[in-house]
Amino acid sequence: MRRDRLRVIAVSALLGLAALVVWQAFAGGQPAGRGVPGPLAVAATAGHMLANPFYNNGPNDKGIGLQLAASLARLGVGWTVASVVAIMGGVALGLSPTLYRAVNPYVQVLKPVSPLAWMPLFLYTIKDSSQSAILVIFMSSLWPTLANTAFGVATIRRDYLNVAAILQLSWWRRLVTVILPAAAPAIVAGLRISIGSAWVAIVAAEMLIGGTGIGYFVWNEWNNLALTSVIFAILAIGLIGVLLDAGLSRLSRRLAYTE
Amino acid sequence: MSQDGDDARTLLSAAAEQAVELAVLGGRHGRRQFIQSVGAATAGAALASVFPMAAARALAQDRPGPLEKRDLKIGFIPITCATPIIMAEPMGFYKKQGLSAQVLKASSWAMIRDISINGETDATHMLSPMPLAISLGVGSQSVPYVMPALENVNGQAITLHVKHKGVKSAAEMKGFKFGVPFDYSMHNFLLRYVLAEAGVDPDRDVQIRAVPPPEMVANLRAGNLDGYLAPDPFNQRAVFEEVGFIYMLSKDIWPGHPCCAFAAKREFAEKMPNTFKAILFAILDATQYARDRSHRKEIAAAIAPRNFLNQPVEVLEQVLTGVFPDGLGTTRNVPDRIDFDPFPYQSMAIWILTQMKRWGYLKADVNYRKIAEEVFLAAGCREAMRALGQKAPDSSVVKHSFALGKTRVFDPDRAEDYLKSFAISRT
Repeated sequence: MRRDRLRVIAVSALLGLAALVVWQAFAGGQPAGRGVPGPLAVAATAGHMLANPFYNNGPNDKGIGLQLAASLARLGVGWTVASVVAIMGGVALGLSPTLYRAVNPYVQVLKPVSPLAWMPLFLYTIKDSSQSAILVIFMSSLWPTLANTAFGVATIRRDYLNVAAILQLSWWRRLVTVILPAAAPAIVAGLRISIGSAWVAIVAAEMLIGGTGIGYFVWNEWNNLALTSVIFAILAIGLIGVLLDAGLSRLSRRLAYTE
Repeated sequence: MSQDGDDARTLLSAAAEQAVELAVLGGRHGRRQFIQSVGAATAGAALASVFPMAAARALAQDRPGPLEKRDLKIGFIPITCATPIIMAEPMGFYKKQGLSAQVLKASSWAMIRDISINGETDATHMLSPMPLAISLGVGSQSVPYVMPALENVNGQAITLHVKHKGVKSAAEMKGFKFGVPFDYSMHNFLLRYVLAEAGVDPDRDVQIRAVPPPEMVANLRAGNLDGYLAPDPFNQRAVFEEVGFIYMLSKDIWPGHPCCAFAAKREFAEKMPNTFKAILFAILDATQYARDRSHRKEIAAAIAPRNFLNQPVEVLEQVLTGVFPDGLGTTRNVPDRIDFDPFPYQSMAIWILTQMKRWGYLKADVNYRKIAEEVFLAAGCREAMRALGQKAPDSSVVKHSFALGKTRVFDPDRAEDYLKSFAISRT
C-alpha cells in the first residue's frame, strides 16, 4: 500500500517535471517578449506577486491575495444562498413525485443555460454589477445541488420514513433527524459539483463586470498581454479550486454512512 | 452663425428658462420642492417634456456653490482617449477642485453604459455618439445624458494584420473581418465611411464586430480580425507586438474629428450642479494641460501604471508624442496624431446623428439640431473654459472639412442633403 503510494508520487513528480522541461524548451526557443513565456518567467512573476499579495494601489490595482479574496467572497455569498435554496427545493421535489414531475421540464430548460447568459438581464433589472456577478454564481451553483438533493431524498429507504411516521415525529424533526442525514451524501456530492462550476463561472463573470476579483485580474493582465501574470493566475485559480473541492470532499467523508 | 446671434440666443433662452421656472414652479425654492415631491427623474422628464431645460443652465452660475458630493466614481476604458479623465486623478486635477474622485476601469463600453445608467459611477468616459444614442434610447434604455466636453480629437487609426501589408486602398478590403469598439462609436462610423467611399458596403462586403478595445490586439494576433479602427494604444501596441501595421490615422479621414467624451446623466447634472461643474472644471483643466505637447511624456508616465492603462510607457509615448514606428518600417512624426480639445461642437453631434440614420441605427425621424443642443452642452463648455481663462470658440455649430470622400464639407444646416448624397446607405 505504502509502496504503491510512493510509486504514484514518483511518477506524478516525473510527469510534472517533464512537462515543465518541455514547456521551458518550447518557450525558450523564442526571442524574449515573443510567444508563450516559459515556467522560469512565470515563476519570477509569481515570486514578485507573492512577495506582496495584499498591496492596494487603488481600485484598479490590487495584490493577487486581495483579488482572490474578493472572488472567494463573491463565491461564498452566491454559493451559500444557492445551496440553501437548492437544498430546500430539492427536499420538496424529492418528497413529492408529482411536484418533481411537474417542475422537472422547467429545470431541464433552465439547467443548460450558461450562467453568464443571465448577466445582461441581471444588470438591467438589479442595476448593480457586483450583485449581478453574485447572482451569476447563484445560478451556476443552483442546479447540481437541486438535482442531487431531489435524487438523494427520493431514494431514501422507505423504512426510515416509515419509522419516522410511526414515531409520529414532527415535520421539522423528520426533516432534520431523518431526511437530511439520510440524503446527506447525495447533497454534499451536489454541493461539490456546484462549487466547482461556480468557481469556473466566476472568472468569466468578473471579466465582464470589472472591479476587483481574479477574473478581472486576468482580463487586466490580458489587456497588457502580460501572459506570465495570466498563467500565474490560471495556476492560482486551479489551486484554489482544488482546495475548495478538498474541503467538501472531507465533509462528504464525514457524512458518509453504510446502510 | 454669427457670434452675436449665438450670444443673443443664449441670453434669450436663459431669460426664458428663468421665467418658466418662476412661473411654473415658484422660483428656485419651488423647483427644489417640486423635485423633492415627485423625484428628480420625474421632475426632469416633466420639465423637459414641456420646456428644453438644459443642464447647461446649471453650468451658467458664476460661482459654484458648495459641493453636493465630494467622493466620486468616474468610469473609464483604458485607452489614451481618456487621458484627461484618467490623469486628473494621479496628477491632482480633481483634488484641485476639492473633489475626491476615483477613476474606475471598466472592461467594455456596454459595461460603461450599464454602470453609468445604474448609478455605480457618477460621471463617465464615453464615446461621443453614446450619450446621443442613450438619450434617444437607441441600443439602450432611454436615459437623458449630457456631454459637456470632449476628451480628445483624432487619435484613432485603422490597423491591419501584417499579412495585409500589400493593401493600398480600402477597395481591397472586401471580405475583411473588422473590429470596432462599440456600435455607437466614431470608430464604427468612420470605418463605415472609409469603406463606403471606396465602394465597399460595410454591411455586405465585410464583417464589422464590436470588440472591447483591450481585446483587439489579442484578436488580431489570433487572426480573428483582419484589422480594426480602434483607439490607441491598441494600434501602436499591435505594431509593438509586430502583429499589425498602421494603415491610416483617423485624422486623415476627418481632421479634428471628435472621439471620446466626458458625460453624465442629465439627472446628475441637475441634482448636483456644483459637483458637475467642479468635475467639468477639473477635466477642462487637465485637457488644457494635456494639450501642451511638452507635457506628453510626463502624462504617458502618469497613466501607464496598472491602476490606469496598464501599458508599456514606450507605447504610450509613441502615441502621445506622435513620433512612432508605423509597422511598415518607417518612423513617422505626426504631432497632431492625437490632440485634446474639449469643445463639443453641436455640428459634430449632427454629423454623428446623420451616420446613425445612414446605417439604420436610428430609424425614426428626429430633429438633429434639438438633440445636439440637449446633449452636447457647447454653451456650458464655453463658459467654463472662459471662466478658466481658456480660449473657446464663439460658435457652437460650424462646417466640418473631411480629408477623404466625395463630399468633403459637412454643412450641418443641410444635414438631410448630406445624408442623401451617399451612394451606400441604409435609409
